[in-house]
Amino acid sequence: MSNHVLNQPILYTQKLTAFYGDFQALFGIDFHLNIGETVAIIGSNGAGKTTFLRSITGLLCNEPSSVKFSGQPIGASSPDEIVKLGIAMVPEGRQLFPSLSVEENLRMGSLSGRSGQWDLRNIYELFPVLKERRHHGSMDLSGGQQQMVAIGRALMANPSILLCDEISLGLAPIIIKDIYRALPAICSEGVTVVVVEQDIRQAMAVSDRVYCFQEGRISLEGRPDELTTEAITHAYFGLEDAVS
Amino acid sequence: MSWIDAILQGTLLGGQYALYAAGLSLIFGVMRLVNIAHGDLIILGAYIALVCVEMLGLHPLLSMIIVCPTMFAIGYWMQKLVLNKTLGNDILPPLLVTFGLSIILQNVLMEVFSADSQRLQSGVLDTASLQLTDELTIGWLPLICFVTAVIVIASLQFLFYRTTMGMVFRATSDKAEIVQLMGVKKDRVFALAMGIALAVVGIASVFMAMRTNFDPSVGPGRLLYAFEAVIIGGLGNIWGTLLGGIIIGVSQAIGAQINPGWQQLAGHLAFLLILIFRPNGLFPRTKD
Repeated sequence: MSNHVLNQPILYTQKLTAFYGDFQALFGIDFHLNIGETVAIIGSNGAGKTTFLRSITGLLCNEPSSVKFSGQPIGASSPDEIVKLGIAMVPEGRQLFPSLSVEENLRMGSLSGRSGQWDLRNIYELFPVLKERRHHGSMDLSGGQQQMVAIGRALMANPSILLCDEISLGLAPIIIKDIYRALPAICSEGVTVVVVEQDIRQAMAVSDRVYCFQEGRISLEGRPDELTTEAITHAYFGLEDAVS
Repeated sequence: MSWIDAILQGTLLGGQYALYAAGLSLIFGVMRLVNIAHGDLIILGAYIALVCVEMLGLHPLLSMIIVCPTMFAIGYWMQKLVLNKTLGNDILPPLLVTFGLSIILQNVLMEVFSADSQRLQSGVLDTASLQLTDELTIGWLPLICFVTAVIVIASLQFLFYRTTMGMVFRATSDKAEIVQLMGVKKDRVFALAMGIALAVVGIASVFMAMRTNFDPSVGPGRLLYAFEAVIIGGLGNIWGTLLGGIIIGVSQAIGAQINPGWQQLAGHLAFLLILIFRPNGLFPRTKD
């Protein structure tokens, strides 16, 4: 959890909706993120978590004022404009560039042109194994190492907000621990973090606040220590039976 | 010795085909776009060169100074204003649109320049040759064309693997959606790639116009050679296109050596054989 949280929203969405053709995936999402905060978004498959992140990063287009970053409407901005403003994403499934080496993948992250503390040296300090394997093809790495590259690539954009989509997906528990161990170091550099997770326990452990998504709506919001297991289970699965 | 001569001449002819193919390979490599108008764009470049030669009195080789930047600009804006709007998950729209562009180009060229056959005269280069042995002679023009093809392909290879722009091209080729999350405008990357591809087409155009007659209707034939060279070499492999061009050129030369009427057929047969036994080409780069 972060120590430098300011009660000042850096990002918020207002009645955010999203569609895939005729299919509505998000229904009026009201979300806010304070500076320095780590927020977790949990929910089952198809709850709309990834769609939500895609809407914030501009991969899905919205009404301009439905997403605001530092007071500026960005709902209709393109992904390249949004990353230049300071919102970077670690996409689900890592999505590294297979034709590029590890170092080239990391350098791709710096193309947004934002200056800051994150450069190759700092990324290699955060994930030393990547320095050893910097000239290898990105697909030659293990799943955990690939995830480190994906996180490093996003950090190379020197973002104010880092969106992490399912960074533990498909990884062994011990690797997940390694990945999450980097999170405090990232937060301490002043990066505000959003973590999308299916692993509720992991999400609760690292976050200052939690949102639970269910069928494209926010079904629960609160601080981890305020939320009961019953409430989370109900919000996550949407079944009364699941509580008992 | 006549067989060695055939192979040598075929290899040099392969340089010409490789120049046709390099632009097509680049376009396919970066944006998975099959440009049906590629052959007609080669002919467009030849007519631009013709105008430069006739109006400015330039030597055809010098006309490249104007042809290549002009073709770059045509490629950049054609991609930006037209083709980018057709790119997506469906491969059919770009195919149909480039097919339409092909027809439009042929008709516009026919209207402006008529159906008369044209050729660029290159003075002494037309007949100048290099005596290798008593029985082996190669023309300077085919040799210059081949060396140019090697230089162009080496330059494209350098651009792709040694520059930041090349890194962005490769990343865009891998994942065009994700590259936007790096702050890259993929539409601009596509436009740049098309611009560079057509600048290369400009070089191919000038050599074609110096070596053979052309008219507005011969574009599809050039497209066929370009396709065959790209597919033989392996989709997206730039050096492979040189090899593909050489294989077609040598096959044609050997076919012509056996029977002059078999020249074209032999090239197509070589392509067919490779398509049967190595459908992804000899050195495929793409994974999909």
